[in-house]
Amino acid sequence: MTEPYIQLKNVDKIYLTKTDAIEAVRDVTFDINESELVAIVGPSGCGKTTILKMVAGLVSHTGGTITIGGKIVDRPQTDLGIIFQDAVLLDWQDVLSNVLIQINIRGMDQSEYEQKARELLKDVGLDGFETKKPYELSGGMKQRVSICRALVHEPPLLLMDEPFGSLDALTREQISMDIQRLWMEERKTALLITHSIPEAVLLADRVIIMSPRPGRIVDIKKIDLPRPRRWDSLDMKFNEYTGEIRKVFQQQGVLALR
Amino acid sequence: MDKETIPQELLDQRKSDKFNELLRKRLLPVIGITIFLVIWEVAVRILELPSYLLPTPSEIAITMVERFHDLLQNSWVTAYEMLLGYFLAIAIGVPLAITITASKTFDNFITPILLFFQTVPKISLAPLFLVWFGVGTMPKVLVAFLISFFPIVIDTAVGLRSISPDMIDLAKSMGATKQQIFTRFRLPTSLPYMFSGLKVASTLAVVGAVVGEFVGADKGLGYMLLVANSNLQTALMFGTIVALTVQGLILFYIIQFLETMLIPWHITVRSGKEQEFGTM
Repeated sequence: MTEPYIQLKNVDKIYLTKTDAIEAVRDVTFDINESELVAIVGPSGCGKTTILKMVAGLVSHTGGTITIGGKIVDRPQTDLGIIFQDAVLLDWQDVLSNVLIQINIRGMDQSEYEQKARELLKDVGLDGFETKKPYELSGGMKQRVSICRALVHEPPLLLMDEPFGSLDALTREQISMDIQRLWMEERKTALLITHSIPEAVLLADRVIIMSPRPGRIVDIKKIDLPRPRRWDSLDMKFNEYTGEIRKVFQQQGVLALR
Repeated sequence: MDKETIPQELLDQRKSDKFNELLRKRLLPVIGITIFLVIWEVAVRILELPSYLLPTPSEIAITMVERFHDLLQNSWVTAYEMLLGYFLAIAIGVPLAITITASKTFDNFITPILLFFQTVPKISLAPLFLVWFGVGTMPKVLVAFLISFFPIVIDTAVGLRSISPDMIDLAKSMGATKQQIFTRFRLPTSLPYMFSGLKVASTLAVVGAVVGEFVGADKGLGYMLLVANSNLQTALMFGTIVALTVQGLILFYIIQFLETMLIPWHITVRSGKEQEFGTM
């Protein structure tokens, strides 16, 4: 058996403020195998975004070890693509340039990846929008551009920090389908942070359930459902999974029993 | 949607909407100003107000034509002082703002000093500059510089800090160097803020130059205004004020034009141009 691609062992995170120390994450241990999509679901402020940022090397951890591909994470990682809650596009550049900024900053060959960028945009239904500026796009379209940007350099790892958080319900469903489709094409190792139980179950191979702050892992559920999973044809097992996860949150006092 | 399938009525509607908007935006202000001038003219004539109290617009216009040469010559002087002060403020203010946002230590060192000097009424320093630098160009440039300096520094610094933490994380995940984060992400993000500071400063720079001239000068529009004042040439005073206003407006619109050229994505520039695709 090969080593898991990402390993977190007893990871702690304490934020120091001027007057206080806030324990964001306590003793978090989990693995992500290669080509596996793992979702972390938990209430607001449980440190799930902190975990993603620690994996990306953007936030330092105060205890434990994180490794990606056997290498210790101690600085910002670049062998990955990140999708944030907001699209964070460059307002002053058009859609295609916003995707290719990834290539540009990395000093990779722009002409080589332009085709890839156009294909990705087409894949998410944005062909014909290449020369539009972000302010001409809807929220959902912007988020699709940011998905293309996260994938254009073909990274081995995809990190998603509540990618549906600022979208309306219908757009969320569509974009979660986009992400599943793109993920199934290349089966990248992926970490999804969300506070939506159905979205976690729909997309993930395994769902990690977090407690309120300080964030600890209370359970990990393997989701054994055939792909592609679709919002319009969910079977009974989907509801069982979401029910089980909901029950865990109820036991944690996150969801009221009534 | 295909262009061909858009109903003709809608296109016609848009055309007439555009025409109406042009009418509203261009013509209405002109009509408004004309009405204001006519009322002024008529009121002064009916009330038989003496010209040294309130001249009629026509009288002001005639004086401006008669004294056009003087007005123009003095305008150049004031414009020179104003522009020199303004560009000096940009040349020092923008790099200062960059340094403040780049270094926390420098920020803590310089910001209290800046805040202190910002509170000092810059105009009150004009007599002091007269003592130090005499009646030449220098004191006027300095007042124009000081008065336009603070909006530029402060707005640029705010702009440079306005970048979202996610954007910086994104840049880091791409392996961007500090320099790249600054030039490719932080600086472009700050432009809308920087320009709002530049626009405020452009209207202040002219104030600075005129106040500098009030305190002690032998040329310039501020000087001309004082001379007209002491001779009770009220029509000429109005003419000078008009010349000053035009000068301020020209600078303001040049900056605004640069803004539309450089940052067409910015919301205040864009307002009115509606772009809506709905959610896809």
